[in-house]
Amino acid sequence: MYKPEAVIELRGAGYRLPGGRPILSDIELTVARGETLVLVGRSGSGKTTLLKLINCLLEPSDGEVLVEGQATTSWDRIRLRRRIGYVIQETGLFPHFTIEQNVGVVPRLEGWPAERIEARTKEMLRLVGLPPEQFASRRPHELSGGQRQRAGVARALAADPPVLLMDEPFGALDPLTRAELQREFRTLVEKLGKTIVFVTHDLHEALRLGTRIALMEGGRLLGVHSAQGFLHSTEPNIVRFLAAVREADNDLVDEEP
Amino acid sequence: MGFFDYVVRNSDQVVRLTLEHMRLVGLAVFAATAIGIPLGIVASRHPTLKQWSVGIANVIQTVPSLALFGFLIPFTGIGGGTAVIALALYALLPILRNTCVGIASVDRSVIEAAQAMGMTSGQSLRQVELPLAMSVILAGVRVATVTCVGVATIAAAVGAGGLGTFIFQGLSMVNNNVILAGAVPAALLAIVTDAALGWVERRLAAVVR
Repeated sequence: MYKPEAVIELRGAGYRLPGGRPILSDIELTVARGETLVLVGRSGSGKTTLLKLINCLLEPSDGEVLVEGQATTSWDRIRLRRRIGYVIQETGLFPHFTIEQNVGVVPRLEGWPAERIEARTKEMLRLVGLPPEQFASRRPHELSGGQRQRAGVARALAADPPVLLMDEPFGALDPLTRAELQREFRTLVEKLGKTIVFVTHDLHEALRLGTRIALMEGGRLLGVHSAQGFLHSTEPNIVRFLAAVREADNDLVDEEP
Repeated sequence: MGFFDYVVRNSDQVVRLTLEHMRLVGLAVFAATAIGIPLGIVASRHPTLKQWSVGIANVIQTVPSLALFGFLIPFTGIGGGTAVIALALYALLPILRNTCVGIASVDRSVIEAAQAMGMTSGQSLRQVELPLAMSVILAGVRVATVTCVGVATIAAAVGAGGLGTFIFQGLSMVNNNVILAGAVPAALLAIVTDAALGWVERRLAAVVR
């Protein structure tokens, strides 16, 4: 059954709250090695929950979630999570750690020797455009939102995990910084060849970054398409979503004086 | 004869009783910290234990201090030991409660990040939750210490000495100067302790901001 190119597989996966209310239902999804799959949809459509099923922060109530061919529930959770980088909005950095300590956190947990951690941390900081001489010993609150986000990406990459999960990583940034980070991120992805699942509610971001785009609504997956295929899809759900996005964009343009 | 004259003429005794007072408070807060913080940490992972331990500490707190000292005499006799036990019981609630509250108030998303990085529950506690809760925990220790400095004046009633000795003497002699010779140093001790621990607390809060 296991196809070597499928790094992440959800088979009929669902998640219900302890009270029984369903958050995700019947998700069928395969993410191939090296691709960037973007999940789009409104807030509350279940995107974040789907991510948390992959690194087993949540266990599926129905079906199963496979990472590298093995069900997440049968993985040693700690090992699974150290193989999956996780980037969330800026609050995710540890406020009492310096940037260097934040970036080195997984290598330190993995017991790397100190000099290797230091070298790797510096390499990662340079990779995301934060010169270590300037940023290594600062604390998160001394950085701008964009810089914190870069540090978050560096932290997720530090132990060289084959998979990255990103939950609206650029959500809290101003449009210019966001566009800049998106551009750099795309270059980085091409260079590193990671398998990425990326959550956003911003369609433009999805089109810019995704190899494939999956639309979610009310805890269901309404179809997975390539970026072009998504824009030209005739599926009613996708057409409706695109129309809603265009309308919102037009409202913004109309409000200009 | 004024208050200052009395203090100057009895300075040896004022110093001796102040040190005795500090020793009582120090031992009690040390014991309460040694019990309260570990208990609070374990309780923060076990809701039932948290409910019970904070509940019991709350009940102890409502017992009037003189009654608590008196209540312990049949079990532990007269003297310093009884006083330290009673004071430690008083100090326990603020330390225990602040340990629980401090850990509970750490930002959920930071704890989730720790989990997602692949930290075990213990690693998350030691490396993330406790450091971030430390200033709140220390605030509990500060409240406990200041409370103890006040309550310890009653320790003299069970023969444990301390600055309360002056106060009870003054009361029986109907001499305000003698009462003040105990009350003023006790008040100063409370103010200084509060300021010093408050400073440490702010330093910690600045580090973990």
